[in-house]
Amino acid sequence: MLKHLRPAFSLVILMTLVTGIAYPFAMTGVAKVAAPAKAQGSLIAKDGQIVGSALIGQNFSSDRYFWPRPSATSPNPYDPTGSGGSNLGPTAAKLKDRVTGDVDRLKKTGIATPIPADAVTASGSGLDPDITPDYALAQVERVAKARGVETAKVGDLVNAHIEKRLFGFIGEPHVNVLELNMALDALKS
Amino acid sequence: MTLIGWAQIGFVLLLVLALIKPLGIYMAKVFSGEKTFLAPILSPLETGIYRLSGINRDKEQGWLGYTLAMLAFSVAGFVVLYGMMRLQAWLPVNPQGFANVPSDLAFNTAASFVTNTNWQNYSGEAVMSNFTQMAGLAVQNFLSAATGMALAIAITRAFVRSKAETVGNFWVDATRATLYVLLPLAIIVTIAFIFLGLPQTMDASATATTLEGAKQVITLGPVASQEAIKQLGTNGGGFYNANAAHPFENPNAIADYLNIISMLSISAAMVYMFGQMAGNRKQGWVLISSIAILLIAGIGAIYWAETAGNPILTSLGLDPSLGNMEGKEVRFGQAASALYTAVTTGLSDGGVNSMIGSYTGLGGLVPMFLIHLGEVLPGGVGSGLYGLVVFAVLSVFVAGLMVGRTPEFLGKKIESREMKFAMLAVLILPLVILGFSSVSAVLPAAVAAIGTPGPHGLSEILYAYTSAAGNNGSAMAGLGGNTVWYNTTLGISMLLGRFGYVVPVMAIAGSLAAKQKIPSSKGTFPTDTPLFAGLLIGIILILGGLQFFPALALGPIVEHFAMMSGQTF
Repeated sequence: MLKHLRPAFSLVILMTLVTGIAYPFAMTGVAKVAAPAKAQGSLIAKDGQIVGSALIGQNFSSDRYFWPRPSATSPNPYDPTGSGGSNLGPTAAKLKDRVTGDVDRLKKTGIATPIPADAVTASGSGLDPDITPDYALAQVERVAKARGVETAKVGDLVNAHIEKRLFGFIGEPHVNVLELNMALDALKS
Repeated sequence: MTLIGWAQIGFVLLLVLALIKPLGIYMAKVFSGEKTFLAPILSPLETGIYRLSGINRDKEQGWLGYTLAMLAFSVAGFVVLYGMMRLQAWLPVNPQGFANVPSDLAFNTAASFVTNTNWQNYSGEAVMSNFTQMAGLAVQNFLSAATGMALAIAITRAFVRSKAETVGNFWVDATRATLYVLLPLAIIVTIAFIFLGLPQTMDASATATTLEGAKQVITLGPVASQEAIKQLGTNGGGFYNANAAHPFENPNAIADYLNIISMLSISAAMVYMFGQMAGNRKQGWVLISSIAILLIAGIGAIYWAETAGNPILTSLGLDPSLGNMEGKEVRFGQAASALYTAVTTGLSDGGVNSMIGSYTGLGGLVPMFLIHLGEVLPGGVGSGLYGLVVFAVLSVFVAGLMVGRTPEFLGKKIESREMKFAMLAVLILPLVILGFSSVSAVLPAAVAAIGTPGPHGLSEILYAYTSAAGNNGSAMAGLGGNTVWYNTTLGISMLLGRFGYVVPVMAIAGSLAAKQKIPSSKGTFPTDTPLFAGLLIGIILILGGLQFFPALALGPIVEHFAMMSGQTF
């Protein structure tokens, strides 16, 4: 065993230089040239100010905005410094209580039933940037009313933001909430 | 279940199928020591590494020497990684200023990454510095995978060689696996990932002011390069806590498919390589078909269970058409989540794109069951192949007993010595899993860590030890595993699951290599037929599955009936 220790340690150290230092730094260099915006996290700026990332969800609670899914990150929802899901099992009383509360809250906004499942279930990452087209459309009336805009206009905006399946089968249809809400703000002005 | 969902699943599996042959042939070349098209670039680097490490590339080792070298390599990897975590506060590239990792967590994590498990009792974005992530954890993503590949090559040579005293040179196999297979593929996949939107930067974070005026700190890092090797090495340890459910690790459907293809391809191609090197390609395809049947059944079972959804939530007024969405991402939906989960547990990857802890009873049973089968569908890089060979050896023996023929596999007689070691290897899994799970189910400090009480709590514990001993790394993460008890016992489970399995396997390799390769005769039970594939599937299900059935009945199956009757805990 002892005679193996020299090759063992030197191989680990040399491979650290190759795969742990050279590889990630070289890839970072490639990224800087090839796709700098994506490599920096697909950040979105508005008036020179970073307002978020196109890939990361953020919390919206005002009636004037489309709401995202519930987020299980703590202490604040949609906190990227602590990603994760609720990890509650299907028979957890905590899950049932949480969903009951969220269903009641949504019903008060006048949402039609049955409620789209993504509206009251927490995502795996706690940072899901998307909602289903069904849930987006179900919020149109509330948002239009809060903004004093025609319902049809907001509905058209949602329809324009539905990302469909690629080639008809790749992926699931979804609506990016941040991008939709930014378009909504632009609509007003 | 929808046709579109199955189209997604079929599309990904077909792409993997297309990669099996070219990749298998390429790896056969690499491990036979032949020159490949990458030699002009990599050969000087390879030679330099041997020279600096004092490795004589022409000197082969017997099975014991090979095993000892592998153990020494793992010890060195463990020591370096453990040291790096304990000292990270004083090491460079720590922009967040993270403190040193506590000793029990560092032990657990080092054991986890050296054994190719990548169980994570920490939240990457909150505990590990960028330096630890890339120069520590990601390096073991390469090296633990290369170790598994080397072992698989050694047992393959046992079937290629006749009356041989040696099975190869561990240092050469591990080096060539890293330089010629893992690194080039990682570079290709990283570049694809960067274009698909994964961050790749040395910056720690960006701060945003959200539309509603809140502050949001968006954590960044060298994510793409780490994600690539995490999948190619079937490691599964994410840069972020949410793993591949995190939009930065897995931003869209195409990235998701690439994740799955990356983790499946090498392992599947190694099975082809086995047939190719042993001189019977048909044998490779027969093994691949057996695996594919079981894996597709697993995908289908999860997909069905999760689409059926959770009646407790449906009764509250939810539209059941999306299925069980707790813990799942909208951009993936049910089909891509089921596919990922079955592949990650059929392999020994352990990354997740949806939270298994929030799966329905039966949806959560399947991934656990797939790990119980020994992760041979097609398993981790290397570890899957040697696990599969053990099952094949057992199948040949059982077949021999049934029809009264001498058990032979690829021209090697299977005798009592090989059988003893094979049984020793397959018994380590139930021993560790059921042993530690039963203790944890009664130990108050261990029970206190469960997230959802009732049968789901037992599932969480059982899943943890299953994942650790199987070197998988996925979790029903409601369990708060970052305690001294779990850090220690899960760490031990990972070490036993890896090395307690590998040493008997290497003994089999040594014993088979020493035997004469005999040509097949009329008395040989053919192993490259559909009949053998069926037998192999039966052995995998009986040996792997049945041992755990009573435990599964108490956890996920009870949970299923509780869920159907609307009971909560």
